[in-house]
Amino acid sequence: MSDPGSRPVFLERSGYRRRRLADAAFLLPILGIMLFAVPLLWPTSPPQQDAPQHAVTMSDAILYIFGVWVLLILLAALFGIRARQWALDSQEPGAR
Amino acid sequence: MASFNVLVLVCLGYVVVLFSVAFVADRLAATGRDRWLRSPLIYTLSMSIYCTAWTFYGAVGYAARSGLEFITIYLGPTLVMIGWWWGVRKLVRIGRSQRVTSIADLISSRYGKSNTLAVFVTVLAVVAITPYISLQLQSITLSLSAFADEDSLYDSSSTAFWAATGLAAFAILFGTRNLDANERHQGVVTAVALEAVVKLVALLAVGIFVVWGLAGGVPQVLDRIDASEIGQWQTHGARWITITFLAAAAFVCLPRMFQVMVVENDDERHLQIAGWAFPLYLAAMSLFVVPIAVVGLELLPEGSNPDLFVLTIPLQEGRDGLAALSFLGGFSSATSMVIVAAMALSIMVSNHVVMPIWLSFRGDRASVSGDVRNMVLMSRRFAIAGIMLLGYLYYRMSGGGAALASIGLIAFAGIAQILPALVGGLFWRGATRVGATSGLIVGFGLWLYTLLLPGIGNGFLPETVLAYGPFGIHWLRPHALFGIEGLDPIVHSVTWSLFLNASVFCAVSVSTFPSPLERLQGAQFVNVYDHSAAPREWNASFAQTEDLMIMTQRIMGAEQAQALFERGAELQGQSGSLPEPTPVFLEFLERELAGSVGAATAHAMIGQIVGRSSVSVADLLAVADESAELMEYSSRLEAQSAELSRTARQLREANEKLTQISEQKDGFLSQVSHELRTPMTSIRAFSELMRDTEALSEAEQKRFAAIIHDEALRLTRLLDDLLDLSVLESGKVTLNLRTGPLGEVLDQAVSTALTGTEHPIRVRQVSHIANGIIRSDLDRLTQVFINMISNAQKYCDAADPELRIETTEQGDRIVVDFIDNGAGIPPEARVSVFEKFARVSTDKAGGAGLGLAICREILQRLGGEVSYLDGQTGGAFRVTLSREVSV
Repeated sequence: MSDPGSRPVFLERSGYRRRRLADAAFLLPILGIMLFAVPLLWPTSPPQQDAPQHAVTMSDAILYIFGVWVLLILLAALFGIRARQWALDSQEPGAR
Repeated sequence: MASFNVLVLVCLGYVVVLFSVAFVADRLAATGRDRWLRSPLIYTLSMSIYCTAWTFYGAVGYAARSGLEFITIYLGPTLVMIGWWWGVRKLVRIGRSQRVTSIADLISSRYGKSNTLAVFVTVLAVVAITPYISLQLQSITLSLSAFADEDSLYDSSSTAFWAATGLAAFAILFGTRNLDANERHQGVVTAVALEAVVKLVALLAVGIFVVWGLAGGVPQVLDRIDASEIGQWQTHGARWITITFLAAAAFVCLPRMFQVMVVENDDERHLQIAGWAFPLYLAAMSLFVVPIAVVGLELLPEGSNPDLFVLTIPLQEGRDGLAALSFLGGFSSATSMVIVAAMALSIMVSNHVVMPIWLSFRGDRASVSGDVRNMVLMSRRFAIAGIMLLGYLYYRMSGGGAALASIGLIAFAGIAQILPALVGGLFWRGATRVGATSGLIVGFGLWLYTLLLPGIGNGFLPETVLAYGPFGIHWLRPHALFGIEGLDPIVHSVTWSLFLNASVFCAVSVSTFPSPLERLQGAQFVNVYDHSAAPREWNASFAQTEDLMIMTQRIMGAEQAQALFERGAELQGQSGSLPEPTPVFLEFLERELAGSVGAATAHAMIGQIVGRSSVSVADLLAVADESAELMEYSSRLEAQSAELSRTARQLREANEKLTQISEQKDGFLSQVSHELRTPMTSIRAFSELMRDTEALSEAEQKRFAAIIHDEALRLTRLLDDLLDLSVLESGKVTLNLRTGPLGEVLDQAVSTALTGTEHPIRVRQVSHIANGIIRSDLDRLTQVFINMISNAQKYCDAADPELRIETTEQGDRIVVDFIDNGAGIPPEARVSVFEKFARVSTDKAGGAGLGLAICREILQRLGGEVSYLDGQTGGAFRVTLSREVSV
């Protein structure tokens, strides 16, 4: 991240960080889709089949879903707060 | 059990609180002290109208029936909101820059302000949302009935009626109070935010009571969950994906969501907070759903409605306060949704259905003569009442039997049909109006056929159609299109309708060509971050500012209109209250009005005022075509006039030339007559002398006759020369081309020229060329050389005259110099020496002065030239010849 040998110009550096953060914001919903699609891979247990040990328990499912949810909220909050700071730094809201 | 009457009182008290909150918020907004009301917090909370009574009550029932699948309803919006940076942000930016009033307005605006499309979206929304509203009425009556089990006074249908009436009154009071340019309703939004808090608190309170009060802690609850009948993961994969997607699509396309998210948005930066705060709200709302469902399944007797667990668990446990709070939460969910949905739908109906019809009925100048403002507000009030009535009727007809969740999903699937047109409009410039309309029609039709009609049943579709397809066509069965059976109805319908919707939308868009206005709007939408300026369409040179003012007053109210116009004047740097109707001002006004009555209507109204001088892009194009024609015509005229003046100049030049030639001819004639006259005079004189004198000696006679003869010869020579010259000049000379050595030609010329002269000039020939063979008219060339030599013979005044003829080569040309050792020609005469009748000195007049002129003409014919050679001691002429004469 930081390179003591060459000191990059502050503006360029912050601009670069912004863009990467915006990239991350682009990827965030995709990450969300993928994580929320993971339960599709879990084995389901139709009532007829007697294989309870393979099925994922509901409590685990709840913990997983809410864990992903909280993670996504935290990442979105991180990005939102950073985006708010840019807007305060430069009087240009929503810089592209 | 809580008294039903107390509950009704609490409920009414709550409504009073809501009314006062909305009222205060409106007052604060009117006086400009609403800073905190415009905070991101209120914005985020107002989005919670997504969570209706369906999700408040229905989520628990849903979980009790099919496990975690209910959560997909929340996951979709979560994904949309955490991706706000590239989706919702653009929507909000466009909504703000174009002053969009509803989802129908946005679609219509994007596709060239087409009102047809707006009407279509409006109809779609009304059809999809009406069952949803009746669902809310049902949930209110259902929840009340939970309290009123043994109360004989309770009548569910009258409850539904009064609920509908009350909600309509609230929506009318706070949704149609004013006609703001921004179409923001601070009062409603604040009340909705308050309700959001109430429903969250209520659900959390019930959840906490269930987890820690009944189950005894988190681990115990988890154990109970695993032990329950929904204790294992058994979610249908296709439904999981489809409903998540559907919820995400509906979250963006639902008119009420669009209203709070885009139209009521005060600051784009609110999204930075809402982007994570709203998912957090959703997570909190769904946190206790499964525990409540599981505990309810355990606790309550078999067969009790799981949709009401949120109410019946506290009631069962004797917690009347908690039950009342829970009821208020459900009530809040239902009312906030109904109010905002009715408001949003009424804006769409009045802007896109009522106003255009009214405008077209009123004909010319309607926007000035009628009270548009009242008209709009009235139409909205009636629209709200009508929508509520529809919802109520649907509730009565359906009998309130269907499970809550299924109607919610059906509505979502219907409203999601807007998605292709919306997303295509935001991100694809190639999307066209025809494409969007066709896609919507296909999607809407398929949704009706595969989901809504079979879903609501009750004879809308005959049983035979459901079982065997229309007219017995097997592969057209509503639940098994194209013969694919066994799919879940929602998955089946959403997949086919949205897939075909999007396909038709893309295919038709690709194969049609958008109108200019459409392309303009498309560029503005897709590239909204690059430029937010609207197209300038008004040519306002004849627009009456006062008329505009009157119309604006009628729409927005006198004070607001005046403020608006004063601001416009101020922007133009004027002191008065009426600004100049510049295109910029008109465009500004149109957008402000669009905020009140929608883009298409505002466009039409300004068009009516500005009247004949209103210019659509199509008109502009026509004008451009005309002016292009005009320009072409004028450039043609210009070309013609240039040609004329060119011709005139040529004529003038020709005239001058003719005059010159005429003068030359006159001069020539006088010269000729003078030249002819001299010999004629002497011939006459001597012949008279011979005739009249008697005694003439033989010698005298001979001498006179000789003179006459000489003069006659001179005359003949002169005439010959003249004839020769005229032939040469007219270009009618025929050249007799032969090949021969130049030396021989020169030798012959020398001998001919010097024959018969008394003191022949000494001629010295110097040749520097190896090959003297030329192809030319050798006789004419000889004539030229003879002339040169005899000139030297005649005019060389040296004591020992000598002529040097030097032949050299210059490239493919041969140069013959005739240089004598005389005094030469004086410099001033050198230019004119080649002119006709030019003679250097009169005293040595030997010829007519035509020799050199003839030489020049001959040489021009032969591709050569003759010039005087400066810088020599004596007279010097240079003859330049080409080796080969090309004819």
